[in-house]
Amino acid sequence: MGALATAAVLVSLLYLGLLFALASWGDRRAERGRSVIANPYVYTLSLAVYCTAWTYFGSVGVAAAQGVGFLPVYLGPTLLAFLFVGFVRKILVIAKAYGITSIADFASARYGKSGTVAGLVTIVALVGSIPYISLQLKAVATGIGLLIAHDGSGAVLSGLGADTALIVTLLLAAFSILFGTRHIDATEHHQGMVLAIAFESIVKLVCFLAVGVFVTWGLFGGPFDLLDRAREAGLGDRLGFAGTRLTAADWFVLTLLSGLAALLLPRQFQVVVIENLEIGHVKRASWLFPLYLLVINLFVLPIALGGLILGGSTREADSFVLALPLVHGQGWLALLAFLGGLSAATAMVIVETVAVSTMISNDLVMPILLRVGALGLANKPDLTRLILGVRRAGILLALLGGYLFFHGVGEAMGLVSIGYIAFAGVAQFAPLLVLGIAWKGANRNGAVAGLLAGFLVWLYTLVLPSFVTAGMLPGSLVAEGPFGFDLLRPTALFGLSGLNPVSHCAIWSLAVNTGLLVLVSLLTRPSDLERLQAILFVDVEQSRRTPRLWRGEARAGALQELLVRFLGRPAADAVWRTEAARRGRPLEPDEAADAGLVERAERQLARAIGAASARAVIASAVRGETVGPDALMEILDETQKVLEYSRRLEQKSNELEAATAELRRANERLQELDRLKDDFLATVSHELRTPLTSIRSFSEILLDNPDLDAEERAHFLRIITSESERLTRLINDVLDLSKIESGRMDWQVAPADLGEIVRAAVRAAEGILTERAVALEVAIPAEPAPVVCDRDRVVQVVLNLLSNASKFVPKPGGRVRIELLRKDGVFEVRVEDNGPGVPPAQREVVFEKFHQLTGDLNTQKPTGTGLGLTISRQIVERFGGRIWVEDSNLGGAALCFTLPIDEAAPALAA
Amino acid sequence: MAKRVLVVDDEPNIVLSLEFLMRRAGFEVQVARSGGEALKALEGEPPDLMLLDVMMPEFDGYEVCERIRARPDWNKTKIVMLTARGREAERERGLALGADAYVTKPFSTRDLVDQVKRMLEVG
Repeated sequence: MGALATAAVLVSLLYLGLLFALASWGDRRAERGRSVIANPYVYTLSLAVYCTAWTYFGSVGVAAAQGVGFLPVYLGPTLLAFLFVGFVRKILVIAKAYGITSIADFASARYGKSGTVAGLVTIVALVGSIPYISLQLKAVATGIGLLIAHDGSGAVLSGLGADTALIVTLLLAAFSILFGTRHIDATEHHQGMVLAIAFESIVKLVCFLAVGVFVTWGLFGGPFDLLDRAREAGLGDRLGFAGTRLTAADWFVLTLLSGLAALLLPRQFQVVVIENLEIGHVKRASWLFPLYLLVINLFVLPIALGGLILGGSTREADSFVLALPLVHGQGWLALLAFLGGLSAATAMVIVETVAVSTMISNDLVMPILLRVGALGLANKPDLTRLILGVRRAGILLALLGGYLFFHGVGEAMGLVSIGYIAFAGVAQFAPLLVLGIAWKGANRNGAVAGLLAGFLVWLYTLVLPSFVTAGMLPGSLVAEGPFGFDLLRPTALFGLSGLNPVSHCAIWSLAVNTGLLVLVSLLTRPSDLERLQAILFVDVEQSRRTPRLWRGEARAGALQELLVRFLGRPAADAVWRTEAARRGRPLEPDEAADAGLVERAERQLARAIGAASARAVIASAVRGETVGPDALMEILDETQKVLEYSRRLEQKSNELEAATAELRRANERLQELDRLKDDFLATVSHELRTPLTSIRSFSEILLDNPDLDAEERAHFLRIITSESERLTRLINDVLDLSKIESGRMDWQVAPADLGEIVRAAVRAAEGILTERAVALEVAIPAEPAPVVCDRDRVVQVVLNLLSNASKFVPKPGGRVRIELLRKDGVFEVRVEDNGPGVPPAQREVVFEKFHQLTGDLNTQKPTGTGLGLTISRQIVERFGGRIWVEDSNLGGAALCFTLPIDEAAPALAA
Repeated sequence: MAKRVLVVDDEPNIVLSLEFLMRRAGFEVQVARSGGEALKALEGEPPDLMLLDVMMPEFDGYEVCERIRARPDWNKTKIVMLTARGREAERERGLALGADAYVTKPFSTRDLVDQVKRMLEVG
């Protein structure tokens, strides 16, 4: 083996080691929360995994034959990035919202978590990526072959019986396994891997530019010289559209396919969607990524033209990038070119195999294995090793598939032709994906039918002919159609001819795919789960904006079922009747429940099972996760416990509340009593101080003024005497009241004659009445009026009333009338006067302590204590009577009280 | 010219004693039996001093005091509040409203007369 090939092998191994180290570093940084890739630049560079060996070697190949015909591959992603960034963003939003791990997972989640869809997508992805991987293998193998041939040491390798492509395949498989299956968790970001491929994007760009600069300025005198020489060499057509040998339809279809591929290829979906750390990065990437594509394509045409001018053939053009430096003795540049190609190929292989192997394990193999009961996998605690094993096998499968394709077909085809096969394959995901997030009507049956049909059309119109090209199948198949059936010619299906085979395949497969998806979706009914998933995907923005994903989008019937399940039939029916009444029509099970209905249903459920459970149940039902009987029982059981607990809590809390209220009332009452006592004391103090003031003043006046005349002296002494009496009365009243109120009054209760009592009081009052010249009328029947009471106290009451009356009557002309009446079960004593009367508003307050009637009574203050009526009321009520004020027949006030008749009295019994 | 004293109280006997005391002390005495009467008496020629009872019907001594102090032309009238309520808070309230002195009932007649004389700067 020559020096250059040896160097290439060594550099390659070193390079792979470096990648590995870089990835480990990136992973460690991510684990420590200090991500090195969380910026739009690394994100953009990782997207550039789009540029594989196809770009690196193949574009030059195409450009050599078709000039600018290589461009659709880059126009597509550019347009996607510029025009459909909103579409990409929506996919990202969905993927992040629902924890999507691959394109198969995405499709499956959208179509009711269908295992069929996931498996089918995985198979298509695997089959579609095999040609693409083979393209990388071919490029690397060819590169190594070139280096070896240049060294003139090909014999060494063939002497070992080695197959370069197989060695490359196995090495890449080993590297990918080491690289891609370090972690088990597919949902986590592979930050190290992303960092490594971003680095590779820089390497391949720099290497390619180096070769381009060498060709343009090293081999030629700059771009204009190159163009001139190209025209001289009759290659002018490569600069125009005519030379592309592509029709407008081809341009359109190839651009479309490329745009779709930039998102749908398993590795592209991986870096664009799954590995994305921040949706915001898409914005910057939407122009940085096209910029990268522009730069890496700058020298495609110069290298292609240069190679042709310098005698290369279009058949060899795929290796111009490597061959031109080699031929012109630039060994190190050739090495660099090889390294760039290697980096483009390895990046693609790594990401592609990680993506595909994850799909194979998660969406194809594991679901099947878990379903095979005999394996008992469902009960095994740890499936990590198994899953990793499946992934490793998947990587090996993809790479060996690529190797076999390369051997069987690839050797006969150009790199780009192989690539386009893959593009058209993964484009089959487009209908179910695009319609899936734009049209709620797309359902699982439609998706399966469309994808399957599109896949088969792809196999028939593109893969099959490539086998024919490779000579593995008879040429008549393509030339004449199967069994000579002309309409079924794979590359001119139903007579559609004149197109590039890729365009032909894409048009047919996508038309069939889309048509079936729409048709079958319209003709078949989706399950609840599919319907719900459709809503979650299509309305992801609205769903995420409102806190509850399902709000306003759940089916009425599903809610009703829930209510029946948790509330029982009668309660649920009652709720439903209310809802129907609210609308004025019955609810259809299929109609979308509006936000109000969902809210009310949740509220009803919350009453039964608590708010959190209600929300969880509604959420799970609406997301379509069926709640199994076990889980249901668990929820109910929990709920019962919680309910019981909360009921007891509530009871306790009510009791506490009641006790607190009682305490508060008692406290308020105490405070009120305290305040009353305080007021009473203050008032008593005032009432005591007032007569005392007069007594002291006049005593001092008499003492200090011995010269006063006898009349004045006598006047002052009379005042002192009367104020002393007032003071005595007051003290007596206060003591009485205090005794009565505190229950320490010594009542002398005995049968008595109320008539006798009144007469006694009248006798006692005669003095005052005569003094005030009041005319008294007495109307007391002769027969006894038996009552049970403390005689002396009731005499005190009557005396008080008479005394009061005498104070308020006019002077002269005062009239007072006292009367004793027998009424229903009571005797009533009325003391009427012809005074000013008591206004209705005052009739209750006159019984309050120290309430004294005011009013201009000869400018003379009433001389009472203000306690007389208060004490009277206490006495009357003590013996079961009542006391009140009303209007008098005499024109003034009537103070009346009753005492119950003593039914046991002997006088009555007789 | 003799200084003029207005006695305001609703207790006839107290009015009588205060009237006697002030006259004896050589003042010209005017009598009012309520807050309203007191304000009416001030409208003419405000007295040099008033003995103002606190506990009166209609408006009480505090209110009378407040109204007097609200009138700049009545500013010269000194106010001695008399009350049978001896609490400190009430005393402070009276002084805050603009009373010049606060005397608790029952009082020493000599002390009261001396205080009034002192306030009117006579004797």
